[in-house]
Parts: sequence; C-alpha cells; structure tokens
Amino acid sequence: MKRTLTLTMLLALSLAPSARATNEADYKAAYAAAEAASKEAATMRNQWTTTVSTLAAAKKAGDGGDFNGAVAAAKEAEALAKASVFQATSEKEAWKAMEIR
Amino acid sequence: MKAGSALLLSSVSAALVALALTAPSVVAADKVDPATDAKAFQNFFFQKFPDVKHEDFVNGPYSMSEDMKRQWQEKEEFPPYEFALDAGKEMFSTPFKNGKTYADCFPNGGNGIRQNYPYFDTKEGKVVTLELALNRCREANGEAPYSYVKDEMASLTAYMAFTSRGKPMDIKIPDDARAREAFENGKRYFYTRRGQLNFSCASCHVQSPGERIRAEVLAPALGILNAMPIYRSEWSGMGTISRRFITCNSQTRAVPLEPQSDEYRDLEYFLSYVANGLPISGPGARP
Repeated sequence: MKRTLTLTMLLALSLAPSARATNEADYKAAYAAAEAASKEAATMRNQWTTTVSTLAAAKKAGDGGDFNGAVAAAKEAEALAKASVFQATSEKEAWKAMEIR
Repeated sequence: MKAGSALLLSSVSAALVALALTAPSVVAADKVDPATDAKAFQNFFFQKFPDVKHEDFVNGPYSMSEDMKRQWQEKEEFPPYEFALDAGKEMFSTPFKNGKTYADCFPNGGNGIRQNYPYFDTKEGKVVTLELALNRCREANGEAPYSYVKDEMASLTAYMAFTSRGKPMDIKIPDDARAREAFENGKRYFYTRRGQLNFSCASCHVQSPGERIRAEVLAPALGILNAMPIYRSEWSGMGTISRRFITCNSQTRAVPLEPQSDEYRDLEYFLSYVANGLPISGPGARP
C-alpha cells in the first residue's frame, strides 16, 4: 500500500511539468523564437505570407490571453520561417537545375 | 625553424583555400553569356510549341489555345484596355505644372520606344524600367510619383506600348560587368523557388505553359512582358509589370518585394532581353 502510494506520488510529480498550464512566459519565449526566425527569412528576402499571418495569429491569441493557442501558432510560425530560410539557402545553388540551357 | 615552417605552411594553405573559395565566382562572372542564354531560351519554346508562330508567343495564353484565341480576337474589337489607352494618351500630352511634358523626358518624344525598356544605365549601374523612368520624369518636373502597380502608371505605359506595337523588343546589354550581373541576377530570380508552395516563375511559365492552373491557361515565359501592361478580368482593371510580379509572388505565398526593387528590375531585364526580336503587343488583355 505504502509502495503504491509512493509510486503514485512519483508518477504525479513526473507528469506535473507537462500538465502545467501554458503561461505568458511560454508564449513570449515561443513568440521571440518565431520572430527571430521570421526576421532571418526577411533578411534573406524570402519571407512567406503564411509565416507573417501565423505570427500575427500568435500575437492576437497572446494579447487575448489564450496562451495555449498563442504558443501553438508561434511554434507553427517558427517552423514556417525556418522552412523558408532552408528554401532560400538551398535555392542558392538548386535554381540552376531548372535553367534552360 | 620548425615553427617558422609551420607558419609558412599554414599561410600558404590559407591562401590556397581563399583562392579556391573565390575562384568559382570569378569563373561564374566570366561565364555570363546573355546572347547564348537568350538563344537557348527562345529555342526551348520554339521546339516545345512547334505549331505556334514565333511572333504569337507575345499573346500569352492565347498562343496556347485556339478557343481562347478566338474569344480574345472578338474581344479585341472592343478592347477592355481602351479606357486606359485614352486616359494615358491624354495624360501623356498634358503638361506638368512647369509646362513640360513626358515627351521632354524621353527619346523621340516618348513615341515608339517601349521596345527599348528596360535599359541598363551605366552611370547609375542599375536597370531602369519604363515605369521607373516615368516616375523619375514626374519627380524631376516637380510632380508626385504614381503608384507603380495600376491606374495612372498602367495608363501611361499602355499608351507608350501602343505607340510601339509591332516593334521588335530590342534590349541591350552593354559591355559592362554590372549589366551582365543584373541579367544574371534576373535569371536567378526567375528560376529560384520561393513561397510556401515552392514555385519559381519557371515552374508555371517554363514547365507548364498551356496547362491549366485552376481555370486559367498558363502563359509561356517567352514574350510574357511584350503585352504589358494588361487588363485582367481577374483584377477588374489594368496592371503594370510591377503588379504582375507582385501577384505572382503572392500566389506562391511569398511576401512580394517592393515595386521596382533591384530584384524586380533585374527580372524584367532578363525576361525582356530573352524576348528580343519578338514584337511589342501591349497593352494586352488577359482573363
């Protein structure tokens, strides 16, 4: 009985971090990461419209106090921005494959 | 002694690495050959569409579809760009506040010169498009510049294109490394994939002309600017070359660049040069 109780407590403790509610600090960190990736894409002149709109959606959700939604949108925006940076980097050489010669 | 040899060896190695890194770009700059590129570009389309008359490529999707061509020819009896043509003609001859007109800014009074734009300005070291030259003319005469994407700018360029109809595109690339670089930059922009859809200009206009994208028939890249500016039913109005580039970028979910950015100017230079010899057909009308 005592052993079961201990295990249950340990399990509860181990789950605690993932179960805690997303807060403003999480949102701000996720947004900052997305914004940094987005700025890198813009510097490369290869911003995607979807990055901009998803980043705006993250801000709107964050401003409205929906931190779960805000973090999810910020992470999506960051992924989009990173994909556009990858595209710009790989296309520096890859464009030649399409050239008419 | 050993330390000295090691230092020398590392310096030589560093120099070799630096040489190896710079060498490819030097070779690449020497390899820019616009004339050969233009020939290959035209041959690609001539071979891909052997039944299309060469001068017909400037009619975009209408050169790809007989049905569309017949409909367009009927529409040309009352062309939808006529209002812009009339407005452009009036604007062109109306003096600025200082008494001068557009004619004072251009060779031959601005008549029949569309085929020479864009050109490479060796003083500025950059490509100058017709749209840019028109706004520079306005500003030099104390007038506010127009929007690059529609309305007045489209009317003015429509009129200037109309006075040049039938004249073969005649873009020059001077013997200037910067001009060749501008051509190469335009070419790179044309073939570079961008936007979330991962499309380049060539994805639609080289790989798929004549194919449908939703309800539209894609135009071939060859001669695509000869018909500009255009009335587009989709826009319910006129649009300039700047507007076309911006729309294409947006459609691939890429954030468009600023109108008349260096990239767009170089792209226009490339596309116009490879269409050399094909007639000006603007202003045009598109679905």
